[in-house]
Amino acid sequence: MYTEKVMDHFKNPRNVGEIENASGVGTVGNAKCGDIMRIYLDIDENEIIQDVKFKTFGCGAAVATSSMATELVKGKTVQEALAVTNKAVMEALDGLPPVKVHCSLLAEEAIHAALWDYAEKNGIKIDGLEKPKNDISEHEEEEEY
Amino acid sequence: MDRKIYLDNAATTPVKPEVVEAMLPYFTERFGNPSSVYEFAAQNKSAVTAARETIAHALGAEPAEIYFTAGGTESDNWAIKETAEAYSQKGNHIITTKIEHHAVLHTCEYLEKHGYEVTYVNVDENGVVKLDELKKAIRPTTILISVMFANNEIGTIQPIKEIGEIAKENGILFHTDAVQAFGHVKIDVNEYHIDLLSASGHKINGPKGIGFLYIRKGLKLRSYIHGGAQERSRRAGTENVPAIVGFGKAVELAVATMDERMKKELELRDYLISHILAEVPYVRLNGHQKERLSNNANFSFQFIEGESLLIMLDMENICASSGSACTSGSLDPSHVLLAIGLPHEIAHGSLRLTLSDDITMDEIKYVIVKIKEIVEKLRSMSPLYEDFIKRQ
Repeated sequence: MYTEKVMDHFKNPRNVGEIENASGVGTVGNAKCGDIMRIYLDIDENEIIQDVKFKTFGCGAAVATSSMATELVKGKTVQEALAVTNKAVMEALDGLPPVKVHCSLLAEEAIHAALWDYAEKNGIKIDGLEKPKNDISEHEEEEEY
Repeated sequence: MDRKIYLDNAATTPVKPEVVEAMLPYFTERFGNPSSVYEFAAQNKSAVTAARETIAHALGAEPAEIYFTAGGTESDNWAIKETAEAYSQKGNHIITTKIEHHAVLHTCEYLEKHGYEVTYVNVDENGVVKLDELKKAIRPTTILISVMFANNEIGTIQPIKEIGEIAKENGILFHTDAVQAFGHVKIDVNEYHIDLLSASGHKINGPKGIGFLYIRKGLKLRSYIHGGAQERSRRAGTENVPAIVGFGKAVELAVATMDERMKKELELRDYLISHILAEVPYVRLNGHQKERLSNNANFSFQFIEGESLLIMLDMENICASSGSACTSGSLDPSHVLLAIGLPHEIAHGSLRLTLSDDITMDEIKYVIVKIKEIVEKLRSMSPLYEDFIKRQ
């Protein structure tokens, strides 16, 4: 059901953990739907993401997309991180099953939420960053007959 | 462990070698159609009859009350849809429960779209049907009560005899989906006042694609599958002779070994349950403590999600299942776990382990160790657990 890359990131997730006094923290998803992602960012004065950590409650795809998303933003500038889309996360994982696409959206949203928190803490505005939705899992359930 | 530890026997079971052996001749030299006139084919009729007799005997039924189908789902569909049609003069109301298998639930939902009314009775926190609610749901127009014998997820065994009595006193037909119970629990259709009973071959070490519906003599139920005159003109289609023979053999073995098997499974199950509850924090047992299938254990681990747990168990060669949304293809966790009152996030962290007598105590001990390790690992990366610890 999952690609080798997804399994690799699930079995050996990169950047799991917390950052104390993080520059920005974002939590998205909800326990009701079964996925919650939290991303911690450590951003230096040049707006470069020096470190990133995550914690995820969710399925294999939720863990793998969080892990891959952290890899894609580590060492990048805030603007570069903002440009990391759910499609980029999916492509980097060689794809996801259709029912798991929302996990990649959640990963993108978690990065945005952490960047939003960073911007708010520092009283700055990041071009192109919109206030994150708390939950993107509440889409319509498909009929399965 | 090199050996795969298969703890998903409620999903399906391996076909026993004796069953395969009994089936094999019916694929090759005894391939004939039982409806044919010539001797070698007509002999297959007696093979089908023998299997029917074995099954009838296991239920305290008569052979003429057993109708072979393609499985439990077909049996459920047949029982419910054809009762609805045959008794529509009397009424249009059906009573079932919130924890039925989808083969029953979706069939009832289908009937609701076609003018029938269905009451879905609640269960208590252990998954036992609320009998007072069931009694209150009865109307003059009620034609059928359908309650599963034992639940496929949490293993709770229902008070079938009491429900049968309620149905009988009120002149209502009683159907039970016994797919998880048949061959695992002693069932007597007369003692329990069961009018219709569905069962399946592959849950008891028989082949897939074969099941039966028990229809009490005298019921007006018509065909669900139309065509030839097989199964006393009630279920058309050339008999699946190899599967029927295999099913008969599987029932024969299941009945012969039932007591011994249950004893062994109970010992393993109770060891597993007591050790998981004692050794893993923030865990609960789902389903009734005592009134449950001898091979079923179902836990909810707080702060973690079931599919992750299953993949990690698979990496350790342990096969299990979960009621998490991620394993159902929808966003909602199992309807059974919600019906017993679990909040969504607890239902997402569920794990079902269904044993067999092939499992050893050493394997159970290994499974307990692995579950502890994996739950700890997943919690260490769970934001819910992090929040919980910080609140302490």
